[in-house]
Amino acid sequence: MDKANILKQERETTWRIELRKKIKNKDRTSIERVKMPEADPSERRRSFMEVNRGLTSEAAMTEASRCLDCPTPTCIEGCPVGINIPKFIKNIERGEFLEAARVLKETSSLPAVCGRVCPQEKQCEANCFYTRKLKKPAVAIGYLERFAADYERETGNISIPKKAASKNKKIACIGSGPAGLSFAGEMAKRGYDVTVFEALHEIGGVLKYGIPEFRLPNNIVDVEIESLKKLGVKFETNFIVGKTATIEELKQEGFEGFFVGSGAGLPRFMGIPGENLVGILSSNEYLTRVNLMEANKEDSDTPILKGKRVAVIGGGNTAMDSVRTALRLGAEKAMIIYRRSEEEMPARVEEIKHAKEEGVEFLTLQNPIEYLGDNKGYVRQIRVQRMKLGEPDASGRRRPIPVEGDEYLLDVDTVVVSVGVAPNPLIPQSMPDLKTTSWRTLEVDQESLQTSVPFMFAGGDIVRGGATVILAMGDGRKAANAMDQQLSKNLESSVKE
Amino acid sequence: MNKVVRKEFFSENVVCLEVEAPRIAKARRAGHFVIVRVDKKGERIPLTISSADVDKGTITLVVQRVGVTSKKLTDLEPGECVADLVGPLGQATDVKKVGTVLACGGGVGVAPLLPIVEAFKKAGNKVVSVLAARTKDLIILEKQIREYSDDVLIMTDDGSYGEKGLITEGMEKVIAREKIDEAVIIGPAIMMKFAAEVTRKHGIPSIASLNTIMVDGTGMCGACRVTVDGKTKFVCVDGPEFDAHKVDFDEMLLRLNGYKDFEKNAYERYNRMQQ
Ligand SMILES: Cc1cc2nc3c(=O)[nH]c(=O)nc-3n(C[C@H](O)[C@H](O)[C@H](O)COP(=O)(O)OP(=O)(O)OC[C@H]3O[C@@H](n4cnc5c(N)ncnc54)[C@H](O)[C@@H]3O)c2cc1C
Ligand SMILES: Cc1cc2nc3c(=O)[nH]c(=O)nc-3n(C[C@H](O)[C@H](O)[C@H](O)COP(=O)(O)OP(=O)(O)OC[C@H]3O[C@@H](n4cnc5c(N)ncnc54)[C@H](O)[C@@H]3O)c2cc1C
Ligand code: SF4
Ligand code: SF4
Ligand code: FES
Repeated sequence: MDKANILKQERETTWRIELRKKIKNKDRTSIERVKMPEADPSERRRSFMEVNRGLTSEAAMTEASRCLDCPTPTCIEGCPVGINIPKFIKNIERGEFLEAARVLKETSSLPAVCGRVCPQEKQCEANCFYTRKLKKPAVAIGYLERFAADYERETGNISIPKKAASKNKKIACIGSGPAGLSFAGEMAKRGYDVTVFEALHEIGGVLKYGIPEFRLPNNIVDVEIESLKKLGVKFETNFIVGKTATIEELKQEGFEGFFVGSGAGLPRFMGIPGENLVGILSSNEYLTRVNLMEANKEDSDTPILKGKRVAVIGGGNTAMDSVRTALRLGAEKAMIIYRRSEEEMPARVEEIKHAKEEGVEFLTLQNPIEYLGDNKGYVRQIRVQRMKLGEPDASGRRRPIPVEGDEYLLDVDTVVVSVGVAPNPLIPQSMPDLKTTSWRTLEVDQESLQTSVPFMFAGGDIVRGGATVILAMGDGRKAANAMDQQLSKNLESSVKE
Repeated sequence: MNKVVRKEFFSENVVCLEVEAPRIAKARRAGHFVIVRVDKKGERIPLTISSADVDKGTITLVVQRVGVTSKKLTDLEPGECVADLVGPLGQATDVKKVGTVLACGGGVGVAPLLPIVEAFKKAGNKVVSVLAARTKDLIILEKQIREYSDDVLIMTDDGSYGEKGLITEGMEKVIAREKIDEAVIIGPAIMMKFAAEVTRKHGIPSIASLNTIMVDGTGMCGACRVTVDGKTKFVCVDGPEFDAHKVDFDEMLLRLNGYKDFEKNAYERYNRMQQ
């Protein structure tokens, strides 16, 4: 049976029919969208506490009752992994929170994470009936997803999925970001013996070293990692595949399948004069020092520059995370410098809103063209060029062009450059026969995510460039599926022989 | 894992540690380094792999005490472990037969120099080494360097051992005496800067191994960036060795001081706590 029919059939289960009858659609649509309780801006701007506090059960059930359980749920089209959205939401409406969490886990390995960090306003919520047809605020799908996942975790009811009989096959997963974690979980469920190799000393990839605690507390990621360990997944930290051991050596040690989820961890700089002055750092360095090395804490040995006037260059999530981190480290002035207008900013709408509430200044349609330092090599000023918007470029966004002659000097003591990332070259460098694209991402078959090396699959940012958590996670599952099929086929043919 | 199996003081502040790391011992080549994090609150610091014993599964690090992390590390006793150890990192030295190699090591820079001297010697080169330090006690690994050098010249600032003078004077002497085909320069940034000027003057191709500040050591942060030939390079993945005549040492010196006040305070705090 195809997907659409399954959805239809599930929609016709008795409890859902009854639930639909309980409240008239007119009444459902007149309920106002729930507001996420948030920590007070004046308090949270100096603390790493989580900003979004989560919905209460009552608020979640009310919000869930806004969902119309549409016959053609277009919201699902907007979700990159196709979560059965009405099914989990209707479970919340009837108070079956654990069942809602179970529905989420059918398709997503990290619902507590995605509920927090997905750009919902561009994905599921953009395609909700409310947004599309009623021109009203969408059902708060992300908040509800987070609610169900948090409920399951906080009540200690996390179900460990059933595991297939052991297949006695060793699988290597390179990188422990969302792509790697979801791949590892899927393969372990299918009975494979999975080892995740991670270059850093912490597991979680960007979820740990990039996204700050005020947006995604580490313990949420840790719980997911614990579940994977219970499933039998092994983790080797401080292990750089291609350096500590080559793929060839791992093959000799018995690993039969490889998944590359090594991410797009390389920072880009702009290449403008003065960019190597002291006090100018990449957002990766800035965030790593705080999130991975805990440099914000008194007892950590890792130093961090606690600038008073901090400028962050860029308009993505990474830029927002950096500028809000600057505030929390004590900045008096924390600024975003972005070359387009706010409308084009790639960051999640919620992050921009939160940043503004916390007092971040937005210098839009401006771009740094030079950094000026003092005689000790510390950055002191930015030469800022004012911009205007021209014709749309390949990405569909209007291209920023300099307003000739309109520039000024801005005083700063710390600059965080957050203008994008490039794919991690470690794996391609260590495997010459692995095909890459002109973007230096790995070339894969769109369906199976198989690379040019048959036993190797890849997904997440190493394939897509800087993308999203949910896409990386979806890739991990997809690749697991394809690898499992391939290895099972090999097994069958070897049995026949 | 990562257990210290042997510890030896080369001088009051220079300590040699042999650490269990079987995979790294096997994979490493001359020029490679590791990143070490001593304990759960520790920072990540880069250290060159001075030598390795594949059979025992150990690597040797030679560490100079300059701040908190190097102090904590050198305070470890055999049997204790470092929390994290990752490597081998960086590009290995491009070792070829070129003729006569002038190996210049300043201070603790002799530790990273040792595997390179060994590799050049084994590749059939004549190797002349110049080792320099402020004073006699700070000359390290002399015996090991002698083992792989055809000639060794020792220079001390105060004349307490070898000849009195700076490393550059020792280098000039060797260059006046014989034809040098390539130079390898490793030491404090300021020493490398002046040593590179000497070989530039004489038109000798030279490599320097840069010791910038690092965080991850895998190309992820850019803390280690330097300007080489007008272009920004990441020392941890593009280096640590570069054409010594193209490195912007002045910029590197400024960047090394980026966290100086913090480091000084942290070291004072740590020493107070120890008392
Ligand atoms: C600051 C920041 C904020 C973001 N905010 C959001 C957001 O709000 N919403 C959203 O959807 N997305 C966000 N993103 C993007 C999202 O985090 C990434 O798209 C996603 O993490 C990619 O997952 P991945 O598994 O492909 O790689 P990563 O998460 O990058 O993980 C890759 C891992 O592989 C390891 N590795 C690399 N090479 C090797 C090797 N050779 N051997 C062993 N290990 C290796 C790395 O150390 C790393 O831990 C953000 C990114 C950043 C940096
Ligand atoms: C590729 C590479 C290989 C290295 N190999 C070795 C080695 O084999 N043995 C060894 O002893 N050291 C080596 N270093 C240097 C070593 O990493 C630093 O000495 C160490 O990070 C200092 O940490 P700390 O916390 O003890 O001192 P900190 O508190 O960080 O610094 C104390 C003082 O030392 C200065 N300093 C900091 N970092 C460096 C540096 N990288 N170089 C010079 N001065 C610095 C600071 O300006 C400060 O004044 C290497 C560095 C690199 C990049
Ligand atoms: S995973 Fe993301 S896109 Fe999919 S339903 Fe959840 S919040 Fe929406
Ligand atoms: S489109 Fe909106 S209202 Fe319809 S099922 Fe999806 S979430 Fe509910
Ligand atoms: S140390 Fe982070 S990029 Fe080199």
